[in-house]
Amino acid sequence: MSSPGPSTVTAPRFDADRPWRLHPQVALRDESFGALAYHYGNRRLIFLRSRTLVELVEALERFESAGDAVNATIEPAQRPAYKRALARLAASEVIDAR
Amino acid sequence: MPAKTPAKTRDSGLRDRLAHGLDAPICLTWELTYACNLACVHCLSSSGRRDPRELTSAEAMSVIDELVAMQVFYVNVGGGEPMLRPDFFDLIGYAVDHRVGVKFSTNGTRLSRARAEQLASMDYLDVQVSLDGVTAEVNDGVRGSGSYAAARRAMDHLADAGFGPFKINVVVTRHNVGQLDALMALADHYGAQLRVTRLRPSGRGADSWEDLHPTAAQQRFLYEWLCDRPSVLTGDSFFHLSALGEPLDGLNLCGAGRVVCLIDPVGDVYACPFVIHDEFLAGNVRRAGGFTGVWRSSDLFASLREPTSAGACSSCGSYDACRGGCMAAKFFTGLPLDGPDPECVFGHGTEALAGLRSAGLPRPAADHSARAVPVRLVSRG
Repeated sequence: MSSPGPSTVTAPRFDADRPWRLHPQVALRDESFGALAYHYGNRRLIFLRSRTLVELVEALERFESAGDAVNATIEPAQRPAYKRALARLAASEVIDAR
Repeated sequence: MPAKTPAKTRDSGLRDRLAHGLDAPICLTWELTYACNLACVHCLSSSGRRDPRELTSAEAMSVIDELVAMQVFYVNVGGGEPMLRPDFFDLIGYAVDHRVGVKFSTNGTRLSRARAEQLASMDYLDVQVSLDGVTAEVNDGVRGSGSYAAARRAMDHLADAGFGPFKINVVVTRHNVGQLDALMALADHYGAQLRVTRLRPSGRGADSWEDLHPTAAQQRFLYEWLCDRPSVLTGDSFFHLSALGEPLDGLNLCGAGRVVCLIDPVGDVYACPFVIHDEFLAGNVRRAGGFTGVWRSSDLFASLREPTSAGACSSCGSYDACRGGCMAAKFFTGLPLDGPDPECVFGHGTEALAGLRSAGLPRPAADHSARAVPVRLVSRG
């Protein structure tokens, strides 16, 4: 399959109780504003717009659930916003349920 | 909000960061050869004859090595007709093997069944076949006799080879804008994606732009048409239309020298694919420092990354939406770079153009047009 174009497969709904990881087909490039993410499968380019979010995405693999990763790395007041950010990254297939 | 796709962004914070430039381009255009067997009247690189100074295979691969090191995710490969390079498959194979994705643009004349199968077997590769009309009459008027049939044959081969959703790329002109629905249907027929891009007065387009660029009414139609069809790809090329209302998908930013650039067949690095002119030449990949040195240290790129003045557009309430439009379109129509785009949707560009005489307009730097213009197509399978 050489040119999948936009994904026709529905991305999994984000469930913070499940374990997640950076999608294996996604590469991150660090930038001053956060990181650029490129999905080699669906060819989407996504902007991660804070270093904290990049660190959270990279931490996902080390925790039993996305919620645990958020609790360990994000201040309480910010947690709902970062969970929403993860949900959007799941919809774009930047992160993937393990 | 911390995460957002580039779609529909009015996010001036991110846009400002990008306008200051990145350590590496997000993507770039790489024209592998000036050789072309067509002579399209709007060719932005005035292609035709191969330049004897063309980068060798080894030089091209060392550019790819630099792109790998800079973490450039993909390159847009064009020309000329890139498939005319004998090492074409070696180069794109080398790139994708190193996870530099390739999106390449072809006129389809050399895309035989066997080549289509070879392309279908590769990962990280997108193909776009150029077609500037849904009928031979409209397409061939711009791209030359026989080019419509050749492009359709290439599409048939890609479909037969199971390539998947390739792209059909259309440069929108006065003559094909009325065919957009039919072009969409053609793309659907092939399971392909439609990509439409803006005609620029660059290369041979400097001589054909006047006759080919869409009218003001057609531009409004195009804007509505694109708003209703977010699945149509545009390469962010119509951001000047965003002044009409809701911004179109994309960054709505001129990325020249900031997040994109052009490497031409002889290794010259220009700010963007549409400004092949000495004034926008940043350096050459053959010099010490290579492409990386040009991207990071050229004086030209440093100046393009400085805050820009809205100039004559500063009193316009839509400047934030269109940012004054396309630098190349202004330059080659003789308009000041800090003024309106020649196709400004409010007509400010038309007024400015009316005040200019066509004599003394900047001419594209390198004209590789064939001396005679033989549009002779070789049909292979």
